Amino acid sequence: MSLEALQTDAEGYLANRDDWSEELAKELAAQMGVELEDEHWKVLKTARAIEAESGSSPGLRKISKRSETPIKSIYKLFPDGPAKLIAKIAGIPKPKSCL
Amino acid sequence: MKTILILGAGTAGTAIAHKLRRRLRKDWEVAVIDPSSTHLYQPGLLFLPFGNETEERILRERGSTLGKGVTWHQKTVKAIDTERRRVELEEGDALSYDFLIIASGTEIRPDMIDGMLGEGWRKSVFDFYTLEGAKALQEGLAKFEGGRLVINIVEMPIKCPVAPLEFAFLADDYLSKRGIRDKTELVYVTPLDGAFTKPLASKTLGYLLEDKGIQVETEFMTGEVDSEKNVIRSYDEREVAYDLLVTIPPHMGAPFLEDSDLGDELAFVPTDPHTLAAKNVERVFCIGDATDLPSSKAGSVAHFQADLMTENILGAIDGKELEPSFDGHSNCFVETGHGKAMLIDFNYETEPLPGQFPIPGIGPLPLLKECRRNHWAKLMFRHVYWHALLPARPIPISPTMSLAGKQLSAAAELGGE
Repeated sequence: MSLEALQTDAEGYLANRDDWSEELAKELAAQMGVELEDEHWKVLKTARAIEAESGSSPGLRKISKRSETPIKSIYKLFPDGPAKLIAKIAGIPKPKSCL
Repeated sequence: MKTILILGAGTAGTAIAHKLRRRLRKDWEVAVIDPSSTHLYQPGLLFLPFGNETEERILRERGSTLGKGVTWHQKTVKAIDTERRRVELEEGDALSYDFLIIASGTEIRPDMIDGMLGEGWRKSVFDFYTLEGAKALQEGLAKFEGGRLVINIVEMPIKCPVAPLEFAFLADDYLSKRGIRDKTELVYVTPLDGAFTKPLASKTLGYLLEDKGIQVETEFMTGEVDSEKNVIRSYDEREVAYDLLVTIPPHMGAPFLEDSDLGDELAFVPTDPHTLAAKNVERVFCIGDATDLPSSKAGSVAHFQADLMTENILGAIDGKELEPSFDGHSNCFVETGHGKAMLIDFNYETEPLPGQFPIPGIGPLPLLKECRRNHWAKLMFRHVYWHALLPARPIPISPTMSLAGKQLSAAAELGGE
């Protein structure tokens, strides 16, 4: 699916997680100024796996523990707000609260 | 004699124990394990720091809340052996079960943040999620004469996700009454992208922050509390200065779930979102704050889960398939200060919508809107808790969410959920 045809919500998060592919992730990441390398993939795939299991986008601590990537390193991999960037690139909803 | 063993006698554990005791025959023992001799009404912790609640009113003897017919082991769980179906205790012995219900909740872990338990702890750095913390904060606030009062959620998930926001609103009210509001900067610091994160709530409730002059610092993940300089520092090296810090530290599940097969990275139990059975293991259920579910960690959720879980456990005893009946239903009052509150009602799929509750079109409680009636209802709720919710007596609210009386168009207009 091309970037143009992609359905997102008002804040730019993927509307349908099944539209996601690794190719798409690369394009989305490039748009946000991130070039994906192995360390990025480990974090993104962990975030996607946790979201699929638990039904909500995980916080950074849980991603950090499961992917064995220190939170500091996650900030280096995804500067300018890793929680948002990871959710957008991994094609999962925005981390949110109940209100 | 067969045994249903419940780990934890908080809101969830106590309610399910009462429900099961009423519905099970006498050849079933309903037993709970909980080391604490008292039961704490946790919603009261929000009011205690402002002197609007007393310790006596929010504590009861554990024995009186569990009542007759439920066995109470005042012990501490060490580990769960799901293969041999037994729970090992710190005291040395073990208890066997036919069905196990994990209701061990969640606790704050200030030890996980560098410096949080340093020199400033309970002097200028406070929590209000424990009785000791709320009491210390009451003293801290009484001595506070102005400056920067910072409320900081370190990370999600937390218990009662709206409580920090309610705290900010009540602090505004409290400081105004003391005549020091104009000498105080109220700052709300969140790891999320706003104090309100859902489109409809942001649009309809954003005015609350503006009207009350509450500053919001977003996407701030606290890595360190520096109580020498009185700043919190984020992982991306931003600093927020405080004179009085009200922190909501990271939350984790019970210690016996850490590094166990049953707990995830934060020691919450991976649980089926609809049947409430623990995943990948037989004869184990999980209820309340202990689950990894996206439903709110809140007392109302525990109550609705107890209703539905009771049916599932009775079915499981008879060898029936589990019903996927839980929908994530949550119902919470949100204090907004100055004698007003809101009511919100939502589930996994539907965000809080405006409308009337519980009777469609009539109310008497408006949804997602401030009013005095909701505030009085919240204050009355303590009695409902002790006399109906905890002993699991029927209350006139369905365990699954109803769309009746809700304005669906409000969300559709915003392209929300």
